[in-house]
This record gives sequence, structure tokens and C-alpha cells, in this order.
Amino acid sequence: MTGERGLINRGLTNGGLVNGGPVNRGLVNGGLVNSGLVNRVLDFSLVDGPGNRLVIFVQGCNFDCIACHNPYTIDVCDSCGGCVEPCPDEALSLTFDRGTPEVVVDRNVCTECDVCIEVCPINSTPLARRMEVSALLQRIGSVAPFISGITVSGGEATRQADFVVDLFSAVKSTPGLDRLTTMVDTNGSADRATWDRLAPVMDGAMVDLKALDPELHLRMTGQDNAPVLESIRHLAAIGKLYEVRLLMVPGHNDSAETVKRTAEWLLAVDPDMRVKLIGFRRHGVRPHHAHIAEAEPEHLAILERTLRAVGLSGVVVV
Amino acid sequence: MDAEEARAAARRIVNDPTLTFHQRRHYLAGLAEGLLDYPPLGDEAAEALNKQIICDLFEGPAPYRARYILPDYGRALARGSDHLELDPPGDLDEALNFLLIMYTQVPSITGYPVYLGDFDKILEPFVTGVDDETLRRKLRLFWIAVDRMLPDAFVHTDVGPGDSRITRAVFAVDRELKQVVPNITFKVDPELTPDDLIEDAVTTVFETAKPHFVNHPLMVRDLGEDYAAVSCYNSLPVGGGSHTLTRLNLKAVAELHQGGIETFLADTLAHYVELTAQVIEARIRYLVEEARFFEHDFLAREGLISLDRFSAMFGVFGLAEAVDVLMEAEGRPGRYGHDAEANEVSYRITRRVSDLVAARPLPYCEGNDGRAFLHSQSGIDTDIGVTAGTRVPIGDEPGMLEHIRAVAPHHDLFQAGVSDIFHVEDTARRNPRAMVDIIRGAFAEGMRDFTFNLATNGFIRITGYLVRKCDLENFDAEGARHGSTTFAAGAERNSHVTTRNVKRVVSRESSPRPAS
Repeated sequence: MTGERGLINRGLTNGGLVNGGPVNRGLVNGGLVNSGLVNRVLDFSLVDGPGNRLVIFVQGCNFDCIACHNPYTIDVCDSCGGCVEPCPDEALSLTFDRGTPEVVVDRNVCTECDVCIEVCPINSTPLARRMEVSALLQRIGSVAPFISGITVSGGEATRQADFVVDLFSAVKSTPGLDRLTTMVDTNGSADRATWDRLAPVMDGAMVDLKALDPELHLRMTGQDNAPVLESIRHLAAIGKLYEVRLLMVPGHNDSAETVKRTAEWLLAVDPDMRVKLIGFRRHGVRPHHAHIAEAEPEHLAILERTLRAVGLSGVVVV
Repeated sequence: MDAEEARAAARRIVNDPTLTFHQRRHYLAGLAEGLLDYPPLGDEAAEALNKQIICDLFEGPAPYRARYILPDYGRALARGSDHLELDPPGDLDEALNFLLIMYTQVPSITGYPVYLGDFDKILEPFVTGVDDETLRRKLRLFWIAVDRMLPDAFVHTDVGPGDSRITRAVFAVDRELKQVVPNITFKVDPELTPDDLIEDAVTTVFETAKPHFVNHPLMVRDLGEDYAAVSCYNSLPVGGGSHTLTRLNLKAVAELHQGGIETFLADTLAHYVELTAQVIEARIRYLVEEARFFEHDFLAREGLISLDRFSAMFGVFGLAEAVDVLMEAEGRPGRYGHDAEANEVSYRITRRVSDLVAARPLPYCEGNDGRAFLHSQSGIDTDIGVTAGTRVPIGDEPGMLEHIRAVAPHHDLFQAGVSDIFHVEDTARRNPRAMVDIIRGAFAEGMRDFTFNLATNGFIRITGYLVRKCDLENFDAEGARHGSTTFAAGAERNSHVTTRNVKRVVSRESSPRPAS
């Protein structure tokens, strides 16, 4: 499995091109409006950063992680129409209204049974939709009294960086919402220029580090990890690294030796950084990766001690 | 009940191996009171009471003490008590000793005090110069004494809204001891209460399912500064209380109604609210004029309670079923908690009850300008197939935000308390600040009372009071047979536990009668 496959599936042949790519800028009602391709919005989340948070899951990721818990957010629907017939609720239809094929969802009928995802040849979903910043602001405003902030997760948030910058800027400049913190949950593949564009309006990033070893990282994600390591260093340097997440996948990256080397590398970046050790769970992963064992709490406890022994002070275990 | 039946019932109680001595005596007293005639009622009110459309929660036909009494402990500590032959305490030890003595002399419907005082306020004068460690050690012993001497889940204390090391010590001791008693309410003022204190309370919930959170500014608006939440979501004036809690079964009223929603609101509901008020009035008059409770009790004589700070509580329950019955009668599909139209019907019902109750004068209710306080009653063990108060049926709740928004509009009306319980995923343990956010949001949304619990702590909340899971564990099979998802089954399960083994801590208000 290589990165090229991912690029072909995610960048060149997907339906995003029909709409001008994952990020869409255009004049609507006379103003510059940015929209993003969003898989779903969760009003309340207790697990996506500090406090209760509204989470926006964007569609499309450039990694192909074996342990991905929501793999239907990796690829973007190419409107092949293969899910229209199997839909038990008859909620899907294939239209050519805009000159090109497009799968349209009747959301009043859809019961989110996920049959469309099961039959999708690229494991995507027709349910992702383009959402404008203004619509998201309204949604955020309606739950603002209940949350500490918002998190853009995915998919990969930084693949739609223009959208995220506009969204965060809007939040920071809207009275009543300006107290909310803005965070991204990211695979860390974005380049320094992207982080520097986000930094003025982003309070922090939660970065997944799947593996320190480049070969292992390639096997686990289909991508090189040099940009990830650089992102962690850069975000720490500019004070925007909220936490580094280490997902422990048994038999892959969870040996004490591997974790120790990772800890030493993190220690050199910032000994006080928040490091979240997460045990792999099978929930949601694709069938061909479902043979992977789940992480044992006892082993996680050993790895936690390893991280602390190296000198990291901000270790939390999930 | 004729004399023969009464003797048989008394014999069953006396010989019941599952009851302690105190529990037997309590039920015998209830049996004796039950032999007396009910205060005079009109035929329609009497019939509605017999059919359990109106329910007096088995308070008994001859009320001789008010149901909820909130003594002004601050005043007692400042002035001492002639009746108890106690001088005003001079230090923390004397104050705690004073309180323990006084608690044993406070009447209530259960025999145990429903209110122990606002701890942070009443102890504040005695903690100057007491270091944190000493405070915690003394409070710990006091907590143990209260749990062992007053073994009833409705014994309740309040703290907040300001920051206080007494409040922090209360939470710390409660987390350590994990007792059912005392129940705790934490008053939250969004402007005044610091986030880290709310977070401290949240982490206490993770361990003990306590405290409840109340919206302090909303309570002050309706009850004044001197109020407390007691028993189980009952908010009332301190130095006063409630003569009675009589409740109207909205489900039953909806089921006997012929016709649609408009005529229900205009006629049937109004009729049964009036009948309920008649029952309340009869009970109040008996308590005040016949039993003359306020003339002889030392709390009243010493000014620790006063009749003019009392009112009565008008309770409702079964709103969820009432809405569904009325929607179905009109051929509309929506269900309460899930459908905007159904929710709108529910708001019209509670608004109508509120208006009717506010327009019905009652004697000896100066504590609320001569009117009853409205209360969303959270159920007792014998409620089967009818949902507590204005709750969405357990197991049928929508997502948390939708749930909060569905029930919040009711909260404005229920001065004397309303309970909606939110079940939270265990992931909250690692992110207590998230619950702080949600509590603040819920109060901003207009909620009055907020209670949540986790699936994984050692307590289970039945109708609002707590039971330790370890007390229930032997009866898992029994519970499963009744279906464990519904509220009714949960309470049923509890009542089965109470019938099978001797329990030190009981929940008398919710299990008012011995199991037969």
C-alpha cells in the first residue's frame, strides 16, 4: 500500500473535483463564502479536547491508517451511484442537475443505517455535505452556552485549511462566540505554511503520532512521517501543540522499546507536553484490519510507566 | 379497614423479619393513623383520591406534622434552644454536637429530618482558626454519625453558591465515605460559583452520584435568598416548608378525558386541579386547625420555623403519558421528548396547571402568597407504567442537548423543584470540565435542577434518591424478570429488595408502606 493509491483515490478521481475540490470558495450573495465538505457535526463531545466541545468531522483524509475508527471519512464520494439501489430507505438518488452525476440524499428519509457505506466500492459515504461557515456559525451559536469550544476533526482537518481558517476566524470575531477555543484534531501531515495560516485563529492542535519509525509509519498509514514530526516540533515551538496522541496498536507500535524511543523523541521536543496514550479498539475499523487485537489495560499501564520513566510529565491514558 | 383486618395488618408488621425495630414502629404508627377518618372532602375529590387520580403519597388521613420542615439552623445555633436545654455553641465541636441533637427532634413525614441545613453557611461562624485537616476530620465523623443515626435517603444538606472550604471539605469527605446519607444539593450561581468548585462537585458525582445542582438565581427569584433544596428535589423556604405534597396523575386525567387537547385544558384538567386543591386544603386545615402542629412544636415556639413561611406542594406526574394519550386522541404521531408538537402540548399542560394553581387561594400558605408551590414529583415505588414528574420516560430519552431543550421550558414553572436525570457516558470521568460546561449551559437554557449520573459509579438513582448497587446485587435476576430498562421496573426492583432482606438505610418517602 502506498501513498499514490491514496492520492489517486482522494485527489484526482473523486467527486470533490466536481465541486472544485474539498474546499470551495466562491461568491454567494455578493460575499466571499467558504464552505467545507463535512461528514457530520456532533453538538456535544466529551472526548475531543478540553471541556465539552462541538465537533465538526470533515470528509477526506490523506492517510490510510489501519486503525482508523471512521474509515468512511477517508475517501470522498465520487458519485458512482452504486449505493442508490441498495439503500433500504430509498433516501438516495442519482441526479445530473448540475451537469455531472451527483448522489443526492433525502435527509428526511435517511435513517443513517450505513448500508451505503457498506456497499461503497471506495468505503466512502454519500452523506457528507458541503456546509458554509455561516451555517456552522449558527449551529455553534445555538450550543455555545454548553461548550468550551469547537474541534475540527475528520477526516483530516488541515486538508481543508482554508475552510478551517475562515471558520475559526469567524468564531473569534463573533460576539458571544469569541470566548470559545478552537482546536484541530490532525494527522500532522500539514506543512509549516498551513500551520502558520491557522495559528492566529487556532488555540491548539491535537496531533496523532502513529509511529516514530518511518518504515513502520508507512506501513500503518500509507504515508511518510517526516511532515508529522516536523508539525509536532513546529506546533510546540509556536505554543499551539495541545497534545500528542499515541494510539497503541498491538503487534504494531506497542512494544516497550518502540514506545521508549518515541518518548525520548517527544521529551527532546518538550518534556511538559501533554501526551495521551490511547489503547486501540476494534470499533469501526474495516473488516480486513479487524483481526488486530485490542490493547490490554495492563500493557497500557506498563507503557504509561515507560513514558513517565523517560521524563514526560504530562502523560494521560485513555 | 375493619378491626380484624387492622389486627392482621399489625401482626404482619410486627412479625416481618425484613424490618428493623424502628421500621416496624414507623409502619405501626402509619397503620394506626390509617384507621382514622380522612378530613372532610367533597364526593368528587374523595372519589379521585380513591381511584389514585389524586395521590397524597400515603401521608396518612390525619396529618400531625408538616411533610417538609426546614428549620432555621443558623438561628438555632445563634440563640440556643430552651426546649433542648442547649446554649448557643461556642466552637465547632459544640456546633456539630448541637446539630446532631437537634436533628433527632425535627419532625417529618418519614420520621427523619429532610433538611440538615446549608452546611457552609451554618458552620462558617465556627471554623475560624480550625485548620483544613481538623475540619475534615471532624466533618468526617459527623458524616458517619448522620448516616448511621438518620438512615434515610431523603436526609439532605445544601452547600453553595459561594466558594467555601467547608463546601470543599463536604465534597472531599463524601467522596471518601461514599455513603447514601446525606443527600446533597449544590447551589450554583453562574456569576459567583467558580468553575473549579463546580468541577469539584462534578468529580464527587463520579464517586457518589451526589450532589444535585440547582440554578441559584432562579431559585432566589421564586423563593427568596433563604431557600433550600431538601429531600429529593424539593425547594422550599428555610424557616418554613410544606404542609403536604399531594400530586395529580396527569396520565390518569388524560385517559379519562373524552375529546381533544383544547377541551382537556379548558375543562377536564381544570376540574382535577381544583379537586387536588380541595384535598390539599383539607389536609392543611387538619394539620393547622385540628392537630395544631404549629401551636405545640418547639420549632415553631422557638421561632425556628414559622407558619407564615409555609405553603403546600402541588405535585404533578405522568406528563409524558398524558401528552402521548392526547396526541393519539387527535391522531397526531409525535411523542413527548422527541417531537416539537408533542413538546408544545406538554408546555401548554404545565402552563395551564401553573396558572390554575396560581389562581387558587389556599389557607395557611403565606410562604407563597397564599398559593401552593408547583412541584414535578419524581415518583414512588408503587408507580408502574407512569413516568415520574415531567420527565421523558427512562430509556426513551433523546440525545442530551435535545433532552435538555425538551424539558427546560417546564423548569421555569416548578418553584418547588423538578427532576430530570441525565445519564452520562463514563468518558466524562476523564473530562470533568465538560460536565461543568453542560451544567452552565443547562442553567443558561433555563433549567432549575440538574442531576446526572454515570453508569459506572457505585450508586443507582431510583426515583431521585440513591441506593447502593451493592445492596441490589443479589437481586439482579429478580430485576431482570421485570425488565430493567423502565423507570417502573427500577423502582419495582428496589421494592423487592426492601421486601427480602433487612436494610439499614431505607427510603421511607418512596416506600411509604410495608410491602404486602
